[in-house]
Amino acid sequence: MTDDAQARIQELVSANDVLLFMKGTPLFPQCGFSSRAIAILDRLGVDYESVDVLQDQGIRQGIKAFSDWPTIPQLYVKGEVVGGSDIMMEMYESGELAEMMTDKGVAKVG
Amino acid sequence: MPMAAAQIEAMIREGIPDAQVEITDLAGDGDHYAARVVSASFRGQPRVRQHQRVYAALQGRMGGELHALQLTTAVPAGEDA
Repeated sequence: MTDDAQARIQELVSANDVLLFMKGTPLFPQCGFSSRAIAILDRLGVDYESVDVLQDQGIRQGIKAFSDWPTIPQLYVKGEVVGGSDIMMEMYESGELAEMMTDKGVAKVG
Repeated sequence: MPMAAAQIEAMIREGIPDAQVEITDLAGDGDHYAARVVSASFRGQPRVRQHQRVYAALQGRMGGELHALQLTTAVPAGEDA
């Protein structure tokens, strides 16, 4: 892990209200957990950005230390780590995720 | 080497002493597990922090030799999260 990767992650997290670190892209997720995370964000209808960690080894390793979270995907909202796909699913089903997006003033698509 | 369910359970208990731990071997292959961890010490902590504490108890194995652990955390029934 390099300081450079940490700085780049910080920049990405600060610049995007809703950011998903994932394997692959929203159209072509490369892992079932990332695919599930994308499906949840699409259902919520929020505007989000994604980072494909498979394209960047520095970020792939660095994000684990940055978040103190060992797996991908990881969702960030307004600079704070929300969790991985298990937490996303639990919060989606209980309505907490939608509530959190509204509370934080996250923009809807369109 | 995949981890045995008993080892996962023991490590979580070691890290979170009051935890009730239920491990389910999802695929019957000793490699894909679900864990439900209930601890009074989770009270007042956001979910992300509760999960981080379970991962910390697993001492780096999560995401490595333990690649699929579906995790649910809760405080004991009858208490507010």
